[in-house]
Amino acid sequence: MQVGTELSDGTDTQEQDQDQPQALSELAVEAGEPLLELLNGFMAELRAVGIPASLTESLDAMEAVKHIPITQRDSFKYALAATLVKNQAHWQAFETAFEVYFSLRGDEYAITDDDLTTADSDTGEAESPAEGQGGAAGAALSPEELAEMLYRALLQGDNSMMRTAAREAVRRYAGMEPGRPVGGTYYLYRTLRNLDLEGVLERLMAVEQDSSGEVTDADDFNLRLRRDDYELRIAELKHQIESEIRRRLVADRGVEAMAKTLRRPLPSDIDFMHASREEMTSLRKAIYPLTRKLAARLVRKRRQGRTGPLDFRSTVRHSLAYGGVPAEPKFRHKRPHKPDIMVIADVSGSVAAFARFTLHLVYAISSQFSKVRSFVFIDGLDEVTNFFEGSDDIAEAVHRVNTEADVVWVDGHSDYGHALGVFRDNYFDGIGPRTTVLILGDARNNYHAPQSWIVKAMQDKARQVFWLNPEPRSYWDTGDSIVGEYAPYCDGVFEVRNLRQLEAFVNRLV
Amino acid sequence: MPESSSVPSSVTASDSDSVSYSSKSSDSHGRFSSVEELQHQLSEVDYLCDPGLAGVVYLADRLGKPMLVEGPAGTGKTQLAKSVAEITGSRLIRLQCYEGLDEAKALYEWNYKKQLLRIQTERQVDASWDDVSDDIFSDEFLLTRPLLEAITAEDPIVLLIDEVDRVEVETEALLLEVLSEYQVSIPELGTIKARQVPLVFLTSNNTRELSEALKRRCLYLHIDYPSMEREKQIVLAKVPDITENLASQVSQVVRSIRRLELKKAPSVSETLDWALTLVLLGVSHIDAEIAADTVNILLKYQSDIAKANKELTSVDGLSP
Ligand SMILES: Nc1ncnc2c1ncn2[C@@H]1O[C@H](COP(=O)(O)OP(=O)(O)O)[C@@H](O)[C@H]1O
Ligand SMILES: [Mg+2]
Repeated sequence: MQVGTELSDGTDTQEQDQDQPQALSELAVEAGEPLLELLNGFMAELRAVGIPASLTESLDAMEAVKHIPITQRDSFKYALAATLVKNQAHWQAFETAFEVYFSLRGDEYAITDDDLTTADSDTGEAESPAEGQGGAAGAALSPEELAEMLYRALLQGDNSMMRTAAREAVRRYAGMEPGRPVGGTYYLYRTLRNLDLEGVLERLMAVEQDSSGEVTDADDFNLRLRRDDYELRIAELKHQIESEIRRRLVADRGVEAMAKTLRRPLPSDIDFMHASREEMTSLRKAIYPLTRKLAARLVRKRRQGRTGPLDFRSTVRHSLAYGGVPAEPKFRHKRPHKPDIMVIADVSGSVAAFARFTLHLVYAISSQFSKVRSFVFIDGLDEVTNFFEGSDDIAEAVHRVNTEADVVWVDGHSDYGHALGVFRDNYFDGIGPRTTVLILGDARNNYHAPQSWIVKAMQDKARQVFWLNPEPRSYWDTGDSIVGEYAPYCDGVFEVRNLRQLEAFVNRLV
Repeated sequence: MPESSSVPSSVTASDSDSVSYSSKSSDSHGRFSSVEELQHQLSEVDYLCDPGLAGVVYLADRLGKPMLVEGPAGTGKTQLAKSVAEITGSRLIRLQCYEGLDEAKALYEWNYKKQLLRIQTERQVDASWDDVSDDIFSDEFLLTRPLLEAITAEDPIVLLIDEVDRVEVETEALLLEVLSEYQVSIPELGTIKARQVPLVFLTSNNTRELSEALKRRCLYLHIDYPSMEREKQIVLAKVPDITENLASQVSQVVRSIRRLELKKAPSVSETLDWALTLVLLGVSHIDAEIAADTVNILLKYQSDIAKANKELTSVDGLSP
């Protein structure tokens, strides 16, 4: 008997409407066409975000929802993801869209009438009658009672109490009104402002210290563990609050409008130069897998190219085991040829974020090339190879580059011409016929002299010279950008504004 | 979650309804009666997982599709296939991938040494080439490798293609071919069709992007490190004689360590190793000193160890 594993069809559940709570009757409708319609809308949203699902995959998704009912939210979500999202970097975008499209489904998520009436946040008077469902405890609480409930929920890590508190907090403090033209962030801010979660955290920490008589329990180590615990619970609470706000916004504005508002670029599409702080974090996380893959590919590639000509002696030697038949041909190994690389990166303010990523990348690949030397410049130029070689910690190396490298000559405004001059005077001998030179920068030169002949001289000495520009191509050679002056002496100039483009370039390189 | 026991499990759709709820319960599909049941069965063989994971396994069985499990090393990907084999009473056939794995090792190979010997013997009795070749291209000289073995098996099979990211793209194409048709053609023998659709698990440590085609063919699941609660259950299930209290502490410390930005975060296997060590050392309660003395079991890099030791005795929380 497959209890609870499959949705019923429409006709069957209609009979149950009278006895079932509202959410279930909603489900009954869903079980027929509406679910597929919803799913279609959802898949269109995924396409809009840039998560491509093929026809087969869409069909798989439609098949999946027949086997796992929407009421089993987690399984349902993962089942959909399993058919539609095949890249972990897309998970967050999937999750957001899922929440919006399916956040009104399932009874615990259903909107009740009083959800849409707003309590007056300033007087703090709750005006709703008692709720007819799980959140009853949240009704008619005084602000003090709500604060106490929140505190208890966090102290005990009680998720359902947390959810109730989150709902109540939003209703009371967010000041949500239908049709109000502000985003979810505003409501989140308003709600959180009233909750003083930092104060709550301190209170939680203090209580543990007082109540636990044991001295050993109050050492820094244990306090730290507890703090982590509370911090994560508070993060979860914030997440609940955010969900609650979204749920109401969806009810007010409709699924599609909300999905559109919440749409964000995928990590691989985030523009290096304009990443928000949050996006920076997700970018930093995304660069590790990229470098790991790159390293793996480099190793593999070199090993692959290793099979050389037939090794006659070895083949004959082994053939003795088969009565002289050369049954196992043996091949000589070719010595892999490791290229060397010189990276010259602009670290001026206009491209700082981009430079940081490329430095990460340089660090990660350095073990794969016979030699990697790195340089950074603004109007002066300095070698930073040692910062990377001596360090076990990428973040620290990048930090040292940013604080210790001597890159300012006059005023700390980019001067490519002068920086190239310093390179020519001090490091030119390092370029050999096997060297690949990578120049990273926007070529915004503050109207200084380009000295592009130095790049030409580089090209003459090196195996190849590539230029990576983090600006959109349409901005090149506008204003003080002079990338066109250098381009004729490069073997390629590439727009690299995001991870996708960086990865594509790296694939070319190796 | 509403109990939908009043809902018939298998209803054929009416004509007007585009959704059909009949489950294609052939022999090879429908090994599990429900997601909860599957999750429960897995827990009985000490594999502790979330409903999400169980849901995908359930679906893979229902749709008769291979399942691609990706995630960091030591998060239970290989174990999942083993555990599923165990609860379904299936034989586990494992193809361990490595660089250089080719058709001859994955699919089948002619036993050419034996063939050579046969040719030499028959030469002495003056057999015609036709006879010889009929002879040497027969089952007797065929070395069955895991993929062919899984296809030809008559008993229930779980096929595990482990660490598929380690093979070259060309070998991946070969896998895809087998997984799409569930058949293998051997020029000298003809096409061999699978008698059943086996449950197939592919795992990847994500050291490279797998081809789009392979991913399209599979259901995809990313396994991450377990939640603290889940990890505690795993520790309790896997480490003999550990107390509930110590298991809680272990999973809590590990969770805090995983919050740090490290070169390599501890995996579940490392958590288990650590917990086992603590039990062997007779530790009943972890304090800063014990943690510092044993953290090298959890972390491999010196810089990570140093960072953990520094961070975990700082009460101020994560430095932003
Ligand atoms: N969810 C889980 N339940 C029980 N044991 C687990 C779980 N996840 C990991 N383990 C244990 O951790 C160890 C590593 O798992 P393994 O499957 O080899 O990892 P992977 O294949 O992902 O590298 C094994 O001892 C396994 O039993
Ligand atoms: Mg494994």
